[in-house]
Amino acid sequence: MNPQSSSTTTSTEEAAAAQITGYLGGPARTRTRFTFWLGTLTLVGFAAVAALGLLAVPADDVQGDAVRIIFVHVPSALGAYAAFGVTAIGSLMWLWRRSLWWDTAAHAGAEVGVLLCGLTLVTGMLWGRPTWGTYWEWGDVRLVTTLILFLVMVGYLSVRSLGGDSASVATRAAVVGLVGAINIPIVNRSVTWWANRTLHQESSLTDGKLEDLTLFTLVLAFVVGAMAIYWMLIHRFRIGWLQRQISDRDLSEALRTRQAEAQQ
Amino acid sequence: MTIWRTLWRDLKLFVDDAALAASKDLRIEWRARTTLAQMLPFAALVLVLFGFAFDANRPTLELATPGLLAMTMLFVAVVAVQRSIAVESFDGARRMLVLSGMAPAAVFAGKAAAVAVQLLIIMGLLTVGVVVLYDAAVESILLVVATGVAAALGLATAGSLLGAVVAGAKTQQAVLSVLLLPVSAPVLVAASRAFGDGFGTVAVNGWSWVGLLLAFAAVNAALGAAVYGALLEDA
Amino acid sequence: MKVVRLKGAVVLVGRFPALAGVDFSVESGEVVLVRGANGAGKSTLLHLCAGLLRLSNGQGDVLGCDLASARGAVRRRVGLLGHDTALYGELTATENLRLWAQASRVGTTDITGALDRLELPTSRRDIAVDRLSAGQRRRVALAAIVLRRPELWLLDEPHAGLDSSGRKIVDNIITSAASAGAGVLLASHELRLSDDLAHRSVTLTGGRIVGDSANSTNEPTQ
Repeated sequence: MNPQSSSTTTSTEEAAAAQITGYLGGPARTRTRFTFWLGTLTLVGFAAVAALGLLAVPADDVQGDAVRIIFVHVPSALGAYAAFGVTAIGSLMWLWRRSLWWDTAAHAGAEVGVLLCGLTLVTGMLWGRPTWGTYWEWGDVRLVTTLILFLVMVGYLSVRSLGGDSASVATRAAVVGLVGAINIPIVNRSVTWWANRTLHQESSLTDGKLEDLTLFTLVLAFVVGAMAIYWMLIHRFRIGWLQRQISDRDLSEALRTRQAEAQQ
Repeated sequence: MTIWRTLWRDLKLFVDDAALAASKDLRIEWRARTTLAQMLPFAALVLVLFGFAFDANRPTLELATPGLLAMTMLFVAVVAVQRSIAVESFDGARRMLVLSGMAPAAVFAGKAAAVAVQLLIIMGLLTVGVVVLYDAAVESILLVVATGVAAALGLATAGSLLGAVVAGAKTQQAVLSVLLLPVSAPVLVAASRAFGDGFGTVAVNGWSWVGLLLAFAAVNAALGAAVYGALLEDA
Repeated sequence: MKVVRLKGAVVLVGRFPALAGVDFSVESGEVVLVRGANGAGKSTLLHLCAGLLRLSNGQGDVLGCDLASARGAVRRRVGLLGHDTALYGELTATENLRLWAQASRVGTTDITGALDRLELPTSRRDIAVDRLSAGQRRRVALAAIVLRRPELWLLDEPHAGLDSSGRKIVDNIITSAASAGAGVLLASHELRLSDDLAHRSVTLTGGRIVGDSANSTNEPTQ
C-alpha cells in the first residue's frame, strides 16, 4: 500500500485490506473467476429449471400441479444431507488433526445445510397438504428424521455462537456435529419401528414412472442444485476463512499492544 | 499373556477412576440433594397436572402413562446433567479433575453413571406414582425395569457428553436443552414403546425397543469416551 | 537441572494475549518470586507451567515434558495453588484429600499427616469445606498439594487470607520443598513475606518479563 495515500482513514482501511490477502492471493473478497462463472451458470440453470418445471412439464395424473415442487424439494433434501456430511467430516478432522481448514468447512456445511434442510421441510409440507391431505405426517420416517436432523444442526449453530477462543468453539461444535451424525441412523431406525406407515413415495427416478421431460427437468434440477450448493459452500467457506484472518490480525495487534505495555 | 495382563490392569484402573468420579458426584448429590429436591416435586406435579389435563379419565391416563414417563425422564435428565456440570464449576473444582491425571474417558463414564443412578431413582418413584394415581397395571416388571435402566443409561451418556460441550459457557442452560432434546428423540420413542409393552397398553415387542435403547447408550458412551478429553482440554 | 524452560512463550486467554513472549527458566531447588501488577500475566504463567494452557506461540518444557505435546504428563507432576481452592464444597477436608490422593494415585496414608502439617484443627476436618473459613479452606488446598509431593510448586498468592501462623507454615513448606530439590514458582504481592524465601525474583509487565534479579541474601542450597 502506498504510505502517502490521501486521508488517514482510507490508508488504515487499505492497510487492513492488504493484510487479509493470504487465502485468495489478492484483495479480500470471496469471488474468483471460477466461482463467478459457476454462479452465473447456476442462475441460468435455475431459470431453465423454472421455465421447464413450471411451463413445459405436464401436470401429474395423480398429483396434479403439485408434482412440480419435486424440482426444489428433492435436490434440496439431497443437498442438505450432503452439506451435513461435510459438517460431519469436518468435525472429525478437527478433532483428529486440529485442522482449522476443516473446522471452517464444517461451519459452512452446517449453515448451508440448515438452510437447505429448512427448505426441504417447508416444500415437503406444502406438497404434503394437497397430496397426502396433511402438512405433517408423524408416521413418515424421512419427514421426522429430517426434522430431528434440522433441530440438531440448529443446535450446532447455537453452540458455535457460545463464544470463547477458536479452539474451544471448534471442539464444542465438532462434538455436536459428530453426535448428530452418529445418532441420525438411530433416529431413523426408531421412527421406522415406531410407525411403519411411511407415505413417502419410493424414488420416482428408478421405477420409470416419470415422463421423459419430467425426468430430464429433474436431472437438470439436480445438476443445477449441486452447482448452487457448491457455490454456497465455497463462498461461506471463504467468508469464514476471511473472518479467521481478520481475527488473527486483531490478535497480532493485541499482541503488539500488550508488548508495548512492557516497554513503558 | 502379558498383553492380557496389561489390558486387565488398564481396565481395572479405568473402573477404579470411573467409580471414584461417580461416587464423588453421588456423595455430593446426597449431601446437597439438589437434583432430588428439585425433581421430585416436579415429577409429582407432572403426574397431578396430567391427571387434570386428561380430565381424570383413567383409560386415557393409562394410555398416556408410558409416554408421560419417558418425557418426564427426559426433562429430569436435563436438570441432572446441569447439576453434574455445576458440581465441577464451584471454586475451580474442575481443575482438580484435569490436574489429577485421571483418564478423561473414566471421568466421563463415572459422571454419566452418577447421572444414570439419579435418573433411575426418580424413574422408580414415578413408576410408583403412575401405579397409584393412574391405576396403571405393571404387566412385566422385568421389562419396565430393563427399560428404565436402558433409557437412563442412554440419557445419561448423551446428556453427559452434551453437558461437557456446553460446560463453562455462559448461556449453557438453554443450549443444553436445545442439544439434548432432539438427540434424545429415539429414547423418547423407544422408552414409551417399551414402557407401553411393560404396562400392557400397546401390543409391541418391548424387548427390541430395549435393544434400541441400549444401542443408543452404547453409541453415545463410545463417542463420549473418545472425545471427552478434547472437551476437558479446550472447552 | 531446569524444571521450567520457556522461550518466546505466548499464551492467549480467550482472545487476549495474557503472555506476550516470555523467556524464563527455573532450576530445580530454586524458589522464584514472580512480581507484577494486576493483569501482568502472573497467574497465566503459573497455569501455563501447570500444563493447563496451550502455548499459542513459542516453546516450553516443564520437568522435561514438552508443553506442546505432553501437557498431560506435566499436570500429574506439578502442584498448583490458584486463587480458587479447587475443592468440592460439599465434601469434607478429609474426603477432598482422599479423592485427590486416589485420583492422582499417591496413596491415602498421608492424609492426616498433610492436614497436621497445615495445622487444621481435628474438629474441622470432617465438616463440609463450604463451612470452613477462607483461611482454613486455603490450608486444605495447600494440604492437597503437600500430599502429592510435586516436583514443581506453583503457588499463586499463597499467603493471601492466612494468619501469621499459617504464613509461617507456608514458608516452611516452600523452604523444605526447595531443599528437597523441587522448583517453586511464587506469585505474590506481599513482597516483604516472599522476598526472604526467594532465591531470585522476576518482574512481569504486559505479559513479558522485564526484570530478573538474584536475591543476594538468599542463595539456592545446591
